Amino acid sequence: MSDHESTYVPKTGIEKWLDSRLPIIRFGADYMSLPTPRNLNYWYTFGGILTLCLMVQIVTGIVLAMHYVPNTELAFASVERIMRDVNGGWLIRYVHANGASMFFIAVYLHMLRGLYYGSYKAPREIIWILGCVIFFLMIATAFLGYVLPWGQMSFWGAEVITNLIGAIPMIGEPVLIWLRGGPAIDNATLNRFFSLHYLLPFVIFGVVVLHLWALHTSGQNNPAGILIPKERTPKDTLPFHPYFTVKDGFAIILFLILFAVFVFYMPNALGHADNYIPANPLQTPAHIVPEWYMLPFYAILRAIPDKFGGVLAMFGAIGVLFILPWLDTSRVRSMRYRPTMKVFFLIFLVVGVGLGWCGAQLPDAQVVPGMPSFQLLDGQLNSYLWLTRLLTAYYFAFFFIIMPWVGLKETPLPVPHSISEPVLDGGIPEKKG
Amino acid sequence: MTIQNGTRSAVFKIVASAVAALSLVAMAAPATAAGGGAKHPRSGGFSFEGPFGTFDQAQLQRGYKVYREVCAACHGMQLMSFRNLGQPGGPFYDAHENWSPAENPYVRALAAEVQVPDIDTETGEPITRPATPADHFPSPYPNATAAAAANGGAAPPDLSVMAKARHDGANYIYSLLSGYVPAPQGLKMAPGQHYNPYMAGDLAPFWEGDEHHVPPGGFIAMPAPLSDGQVTYDDGSPQTVDQYAKDVAAFIAWASDPHAVERKRTGFGVLIFLLLFAGLTYASYRRIWKGIAH
Ligand code: HEC
Ligand code: HEM
Repeated sequence: MSDHESTYVPKTGIEKWLDSRLPIIRFGADYMSLPTPRNLNYWYTFGGILTLCLMVQIVTGIVLAMHYVPNTELAFASVERIMRDVNGGWLIRYVHANGASMFFIAVYLHMLRGLYYGSYKAPREIIWILGCVIFFLMIATAFLGYVLPWGQMSFWGAEVITNLIGAIPMIGEPVLIWLRGGPAIDNATLNRFFSLHYLLPFVIFGVVVLHLWALHTSGQNNPAGILIPKERTPKDTLPFHPYFTVKDGFAIILFLILFAVFVFYMPNALGHADNYIPANPLQTPAHIVPEWYMLPFYAILRAIPDKFGGVLAMFGAIGVLFILPWLDTSRVRSMRYRPTMKVFFLIFLVVGVGLGWCGAQLPDAQVVPGMPSFQLLDGQLNSYLWLTRLLTAYYFAFFFIIMPWVGLKETPLPVPHSISEPVLDGGIPEKKG
Repeated sequence: MTIQNGTRSAVFKIVASAVAALSLVAMAAPATAAGGGAKHPRSGGFSFEGPFGTFDQAQLQRGYKVYREVCAACHGMQLMSFRNLGQPGGPFYDAHENWSPAENPYVRALAAEVQVPDIDTETGEPITRPATPADHFPSPYPNATAAAAANGGAAPPDLSVMAKARHDGANYIYSLLSGYVPAPQGLKMAPGQHYNPYMAGDLAPFWEGDEHHVPPGGFIAMPAPLSDGQVTYDDGSPQTVDQYAKDVAAFIAWASDPHAVERKRTGFGVLIFLLLFAGLTYASYRRIWKGIAH
């Protein structure tokens, strides 16, 4: 697909004039005619959905920034003022706040899709790594954004997370003060967080451009996980437009329906009620929890008894994704043909959700209420602490042990030679949609 | 490439989608579960619940009266201005008269009943004057320290967004206000503290009775603020603690999210549009992909 020939022919004089100076119409036209694997299923629509999410966040964010005041005395009231007095402000703010959650739903499904179909394997390592960069920047952006309304969770979330930096030996303390702009979280912190929250989405935008560039160079993966031989391109692919524009379009509308249900009918369901209490540095909330999309990583952080160790584990949990292409030893990309790996993948899904669940619980709380257990090292066995540790162990084992080991040991199912072959003989499980 | 393989893959797909969908709900749910062993709030049976619910204007008017006559002695609502009372959807909005919130006579009269601090434009001396619709609700205390000092160390929180700041806000406020009961025998009470089974907290350290039957709820510095007959209603509604609590909870719910009804109405239109658009797009999808193996 990399050497997809341009079929654009400028017709009018002005198009010809432009084409020889800035072939931007050609760029768009080539994009639309891009040969796309015909077997892409709905898990492949999240790329388009994510692009939409980024646009929505940027547009709503810019409008919010026109009314928002990054000052500890005024920030909370300014956000409420947006909701009460700015025309349509409640809509803009609820779209932005829920948009972050929607963005993460989409990115998690997009990444799991990549994991399942082996989209990180050669020749797509760079696409995958750029995706991991985007994910990391998204986490940073969302964290910074959550601080802006200056509610109790904003403040105490920022407190907990910046404190982690302080756990780094030697340089931790000075770096912490440098990041916060002072010894404690205060106006200086809020101001710089606002500045960075405004900046990072545009950095994300830039990385998205690189991500797509790499994609169009190495070609899209597909549920069969096979490379399309050049001579099969006409049979195995369809032009992006209209086939995939309409499919992506349909998926986007379904996604927007989910989005709208949250924005209009349960706009605060994904947030924490405490964030409607103005930040109070003198009163620690009973239970500090991050937004749902950070919970699995928060759980991993708390699983390690040593603070710095926890920080390393948390960043390691994201960092391992970057080296994934070199941890997987399998010759086959798609797990569709890897029955053993599929089982481990399913367990991984459950573990991921489980970690998220644990992240929202108090570590000392009992998993099975009332069940007697015994003390194991620093905690009761029947506690979220130990459940989190178990799940954390699987999380890392999945990447460092299962991935390399299963790839070497398993016997994959026969992989088709091309997409149209199994499709045309009707055997492949993809039917309509 | 057998059929069996196809079925298995379909089952797998369904399971995977279900896990993905559940994960979101699962992670969002426990975040709201904080709050110790308080009793689950009772339902106030509010008219504004559900996707089509709207505020009961008479209830909002009564609720404002309760707030003004009782709660305002201790609690501010800094984010509220008097004009808000007359905006569309507000307690004193009159759809027939089409007054602007600033010229609404009810709002002007209600504002004028309240004194607000100001600066004399001639002398620069601090004064108080009757409020206008443009004024914010005044706070009863000059600052949080004064508020705490006057209330046994716990400042009465601002009520502007209270319904959003507690889980199940309106029902919680209703239950808290109408749920005061005498402290159970065996509970060590600190001076200036009151027992409320709906308040968040952990009473185990103060409990001298059976350790398996620690009473639900917590201590609250607010004495039961309402009593039967305290506020006069002129629309014949019962003048009971239960009714006052419901009405003021409804008023606070409206004040916390004054555009809630507009939001749900807009959402209805948006969803109808999206559903039609989805249908149309699906039809085009079927047409474009007709006869194409994939
Ligand atoms: C005598 C002063 C006083 C009056 C009158 C009063 N309150 Fe309070 N209220 C307080 C104090 C003090 C607190 C803080 C309690 C604490 O933190 O222990 C409080 C707390 C609250 C809370 C928060 C409870 C929580 O979950 O933290 C709500 C809601 C509330 N009041 C509603 C009302 C309403 C509605 C009224 C009018 C019917 C009212 N109050 C009248 C003093 C008062
Ligand atoms: C990657 C894209 C983005 C993400 C994931 C994101 C995420 C968030 C989150 C989680 C919040 C807190 C919402 C709340 O609970 O109130 C927030 C607030 C905010 N964001 Fe963003 N944001 C993004 C892009 C932007 C951009 C581009 C701007 C400005 C140009 C912006 C401006 C703001 C402002 C002003 C607030 C404070 C108002 C509020 O809290 O509602 N955001 N953002």
